[in-house]
Order: sequence, then C-alpha cells, then structure tokens
Amino acid sequence: MSALASSSSDLQKARFEHALRLGDDALILAQRLGETCGHAPTLELDLSFANVGLDLLGQATLLLGVAGEIEGQGRDADALAYQRDVLAFRNCVLVEQPNGDFARLIARQFLFSSWQLALFQKMEALPDERLSAIAAKAVKEVTYHERLAASWMARLGDGTEESHKRLVDGLAWSFRFVEELFEVDATIAPLVAAGEAVDVSKLRPEWDARVAQVFAEAKVARPKPMRVVMHGRTGRHGEHLGHILSELQFLQRAYPGATW
Amino acid sequence: MSAAERAVGPVDPVVTRILEVLSVVPDPEIPAVSLADLGILRGVEKNPAGDYQAVLTPTYSGCPATKAIQDSVRAALDAHGLTRIGIRSRLSPPWTTDWITDEGREKLRAYGISPPERGVGQPSLRAESPVSCPRCDSTSTEEISRFGSTPCKSMWRCLSCLEPFEHFKCH
Repeated sequence: MSALASSSSDLQKARFEHALRLGDDALILAQRLGETCGHAPTLELDLSFANVGLDLLGQATLLLGVAGEIEGQGRDADALAYQRDVLAFRNCVLVEQPNGDFARLIARQFLFSSWQLALFQKMEALPDERLSAIAAKAVKEVTYHERLAASWMARLGDGTEESHKRLVDGLAWSFRFVEELFEVDATIAPLVAAGEAVDVSKLRPEWDARVAQVFAEAKVARPKPMRVVMHGRTGRHGEHLGHILSELQFLQRAYPGATW
Repeated sequence: MSAAERAVGPVDPVVTRILEVLSVVPDPEIPAVSLADLGILRGVEKNPAGDYQAVLTPTYSGCPATKAIQDSVRAALDAHGLTRIGIRSRLSPPWTTDWITDEGREKLRAYGISPPERGVGQPSLRAESPVSCPRCDSTSTEEISRFGSTPCKSMWRCLSCLEPFEHFKCH
C-alpha cells in the first residue's frame, strides 16, 4: 500500500471515528438522562432532564447519521446505535457513569455540557457542512443544558451542609474522567492537522476558566486531575456501558430487525 | 413565503401551488398554527433536474414531532395530487423563533400560548424579558417550569388573573 493511499484511508477512518465519538457521547448521556424520567427530585427537573436528554438524542441521531454516511457501508443512525457492542462504542467514559444521586448527576452534566458547548461553538467553523450545521443547531440547546447544570451547581454547593457535601462527592466522582475530553489521540490527530476536527486540547483554557467561575459560585474546590485506565475513545470502557447497552439495545437484540 | 419564492424565481406555478397547499398544514402539536406560520416550512425548491422539494427544518434537534410533520406534509401533497415532490430537512441556518410570522404570533396568543418575544432567542434561566399573559395581558407573571407539554414551550402562571398558561420560548 502506498503512503498516499494509507494516509487517505487513515483520514477516512478518522472522519468516521470523529463522528462516532460525537454521536456516542450524545447517545449515551441521553440514555442516562432517560433513566431519571419519573425519578427526579421535582416535576420541573424531571421535565428538564427528559428534555435535555431529548435534545441529546436528537443530536445523536444526526451525528450518527453522518457517521454512517461517511462509513458508506449502509449503516444508519439506528444500525450504529443498536447493532454495535461495547468495544465499538466511542463515547467518553464520563457520560457512561451511573447517575448516582442528584448532585453527582448535576456535576456530570455541568462538566460535560460546558465542554460540549465550547466544542460545538468551534465546530461551527468546520469544513464538513453536515457537522457544522448540527453544531450550530445544538449550540442553542447546549447553552441551556450548561446553564441549568451551572445554576444547580451553585444552589447545591452554596446550599446546606448536606447538599455541599454531596456536590463535592459528585465532583470527585466525575472529575476523574475529564482528561479524556481534551485529548487528541493518534486516531484523531490527522483530522485535527487537516482542519477537519476541533483541536480539543485548545478548549482547555476556556473550559478551565468557566469551571473555575462556577466552582467559585458553588464554593467548592477544584478536584485534582487524575488519569484512569479506561479510555472510551478507543473502546476501553468501564463496566457500566455494557449495562446501558443491554437496556438500550434490548429490543433489537431480542427481536433483530423489529420495526413498528 | 417570499424567501421561498426568491429561491426559485417569482413565477413557477408549481411552486406557488405547493406553497398554497402547504401553507394551511397545521403543526401536529399546536394545531392552531400552521407549519408556515412557525417558519418550519423553509420553502419549496426546484433542483437542476427539475424536481421539486419542500424544505422543512426542525425546531429542536430532538423534536419528536419531526416525523409527524413530514407525514402531514406528505399527506397534504398526496391529497392534492402533488406527487413526486421531495421532502427534505435542512438544519442550517438553525431555526429561530424569529421566523414565526406576526400572524402566527397572533394565532398562538388567541390559542392561549404566549408567543416568543422578537430578537434572537437566547435561552436563559433568569433575567428574561417579561412574558405577558395571553388572557389578560398582564406582565406580572412567573415561570413555573422551563419545559411544558413540548420542548419548545415553558409553563407560566399569571399573578394577576391567576391562570396558568404556556409560553413559546425564545430560541
């Protein structure tokens, strides 16, 4: 295989991986939020989480649709969502974390939405018009997700002794998984070099500043960064993703090809 | 509809006919207004091969009514013998509540839904401009829930007449 052919097929593979990562993040977090339906602390929050999940599910459908188009093997968003096993998922491990209590859920949502917002704002300038259009659409939605989570960060952190403690615990749980969000690995690097993917490592200063501002409002200290062995972007997930998929994919596993 | 007409030239009778048929198709969730009133119907286009396409846009990425909307458009076209018209979804530029027509806003108000304010909608938790009660016009109102029966509406209560009402959020 010539160097040129190899490089062009690497790039094509990277485009597929890129769209999968974006789509899987949205899909898995949507599924996690769906679990809260009927279980949130108040009716208003129940509606909010369900609708944030709905926004993410819509984004996942669009992004996985693009991934399927790039791959060109006839797989659509449904095929990618329902017919892949754990090792083929590319979501970051942060989004597959169990909801835990309300404070942990809010911590995860804030860390993810603040990152996703910074990412989508930059994605609006990507040359692939499908991705830039999805990002431009989603920025309006994620802006609200981030504000909802940030406002609850402040209310919990600056609330009672118990709510403060729970938020600190929730952040300690979730913060272990943020490093992955800012990593440009070997798979995606050629795409970043070609200007076809956002260099997520460069989102760090803006994200750090936003997080510091909200942590200050919430009167919580920034947890120490930590590296974990899991790496969702290359399919090395924790134990939780398999359980999510057993529910998400139940119907298609039990009744392959079922439609209504 | 002027934007749509600009896109294909002013005097294509087929486009005019399609727009005429589609202009009265109601929104499946808020039947008091049409898809055209809401700005969900972006227009009708003719591609170089001579095929016509009705172009739609979703309000939110995950709007559950997207499929129902496409089905109602298809049903309306079929009912008027307009076959072989394509239906496509276009995301860019993203839909905004500013595309809701003045007539659409009035219909929403008459239906009991407070229409969105003009100006590019910025979602926010606090400090939004006052929302007026669709029944008594009072601006002494408060938000009860950020989401209502659909993702695009929030739930409010009027502090003057005490009636609850829905508000079509700025987006």
